[in-house]
Amino acid sequence: MKEGFRQSMAWLHTWAGLVFGWLLFAIFLTGTLSYFKAEINHWSQPEIPSRALNSAASLDLAQRYLQTHAAGAGSWFIDLPSEREPELSVSWRPAGGGRGDSTQKVLDPATGSELQARDSRGGDFFYRFHFQLQMPHPWGRWLSTFCALMMFVGLITGIITHKKIFKEFFTFRPGKAQRSWLDGHNAIGVLVLPFHLMISYSSLVIFMALVMPASIAVSYNNDTRAFFSDVFGIPQSVKATGKAAEPLPLSTLYAKVQEQVPGARIAWVEVQNPGDENARVRVTRYSGDRIAHLRGGGWLFDGVSGTHLSSDFADTTPMLISGGFYGLHLGEFAGPVLRWLYFFFGLAGTAVIGTGLVMWLGKRQLKHAKSGVQPFELRLVEVLNIASMSGLILAVAGFFWANRLIPAFQEGRADAEINTFFLIWGLSLLHALLRPGRKAWGEQLAVAAVFYLALPLINAWTTGQGLNHSIRVGDWSMAGFDLTALGCGLFLYWAARKMLLPPVVAPKRAPKVAKAAALIESEVK
Amino acid sequence: MKSKAAGLPLGYRLAVTSRCLAALVGGYLLAAMASVCMGLLLPMPKAEAVITGMMLSFLFYLVAILWSFACRTAAQAWLGILLPSAVLALINGLAYWMNTP
Repeated sequence: MKEGFRQSMAWLHTWAGLVFGWLLFAIFLTGTLSYFKAEINHWSQPEIPSRALNSAASLDLAQRYLQTHAAGAGSWFIDLPSEREPELSVSWRPAGGGRGDSTQKVLDPATGSELQARDSRGGDFFYRFHFQLQMPHPWGRWLSTFCALMMFVGLITGIITHKKIFKEFFTFRPGKAQRSWLDGHNAIGVLVLPFHLMISYSSLVIFMALVMPASIAVSYNNDTRAFFSDVFGIPQSVKATGKAAEPLPLSTLYAKVQEQVPGARIAWVEVQNPGDENARVRVTRYSGDRIAHLRGGGWLFDGVSGTHLSSDFADTTPMLISGGFYGLHLGEFAGPVLRWLYFFFGLAGTAVIGTGLVMWLGKRQLKHAKSGVQPFELRLVEVLNIASMSGLILAVAGFFWANRLIPAFQEGRADAEINTFFLIWGLSLLHALLRPGRKAWGEQLAVAAVFYLALPLINAWTTGQGLNHSIRVGDWSMAGFDLTALGCGLFLYWAARKMLLPPVVAPKRAPKVAKAAALIESEVK
Repeated sequence: MKSKAAGLPLGYRLAVTSRCLAALVGGYLLAAMASVCMGLLLPMPKAEAVITGMMLSFLFYLVAILWSFACRTAAQAWLGILLPSAVLALINGLAYWMNTP
């Protein structure tokens, strides 16, 4: 750290990247999958059919179902289907009950009859994992937010290190081992730099009240609730009078919302004190209707008279900025094209982290290439690299296999899927320990390629909703999943081939490699 | 400096550990102090000032981390973080005292 500013920043980039790279790779990959959370959910519960959307009709069907099955409940929740996720789900709680007391049912959005769908966390598993890391609350959120800070540090130090950033962007020298990795790392890093900066800074903003609560403690005398009710407005709950009253059909209230904001999409509806004189209906707008993600918005109606009681809060600039970062991170507003762009940017972020880890190791292995004996710490990094990258990719495929192969109505199958995921991840670590580096990479990537290529077949075989069916009926969430799996499989096949075939570096080019190594030595300290 | 870890003197390792602590613990302290300061003093409604303070605090954290590794010695790293933290704490204390009736 005595060498000067750029060198010390390069040092920080290298070491922060190594220590947090493995976890960041997992966070980025599962986070990238989460851009297609709804589609993965749909794929994971093939029993729920895709229907033409009709929110008003679905609301009335749900209301009728709840009046029959949950008339005495304290509150109802109705989660409406969207273009991306066909599920209409209803849940209810007894009066005074908490989240744990709620009962949930999935309905057919066209008929209102109860559907039996397989129990699966689906896309929500990857979504939750990417910021909770399967750890007890709040430790996973703390750790993942800290990783985001390290990503932020890595980006800024990376920019400082590569001062010739735009010149280097146009430099790509393929087929030159270490040099190509560095060029790739830089090119992908620079190409999607705005996305990277947004995604890492917005992660900090999303959990700021959790990880940086000092100012709430001081300004609100340690009363976090007071802060949140100041910001979002805590909905006032009204006591039930005990007198029954005929409720309005929810579609009437839906029509009122459409009158106020034509084309507004509704995410969910909450009914407090259903069937009572004091029934209250809160209609919450789909957060993808605008970029900024703000809680607490929506319309509150009297459920009997239909009087509009209150609606959105005025948005102040700081809230719009923080909500804007939140919304940009989640990307719920994105249409299909932008969503795919988000997906590829997420993959690019994953690739930047992965290439960085590979480079850290490759550069140091060069020094031991002649003797063929690796020091313990390099072997450790190698094993962790393999397990955290190809192992995770394999485990994700394993989760989807488990979703199709565990019997649809077996007890505890949702947990079994998650256990399969971690079991395969663990096995990949064991495999990486037992096999030499390049072989371990190649074998895991090859198995992963088979896993992904076979997914559409297993889907067709177990559910009858393979590509031939989904494309014909226009179920593009289902078809998109299968096609993406095929694409991943082909990419992994290519990568596995590269690893398993002997490297193509001809002996006469050896001096060049040494020169490249010297170059890298001078650039990435 | 890097992979020759085995040959590094103990003093160097302690200095790096000290810098890491300055970056993580000291940096958090500075960021928290800055967020409190903005929450108390920014001329806007309370909730907005608190949100702005929390959002910007991470930039203080970032700069503190960079500083910890950029400056000449570990002692300097600590000084450069603790001194502004102390000044902010003083301002916070005064502002809090003046706000409390």
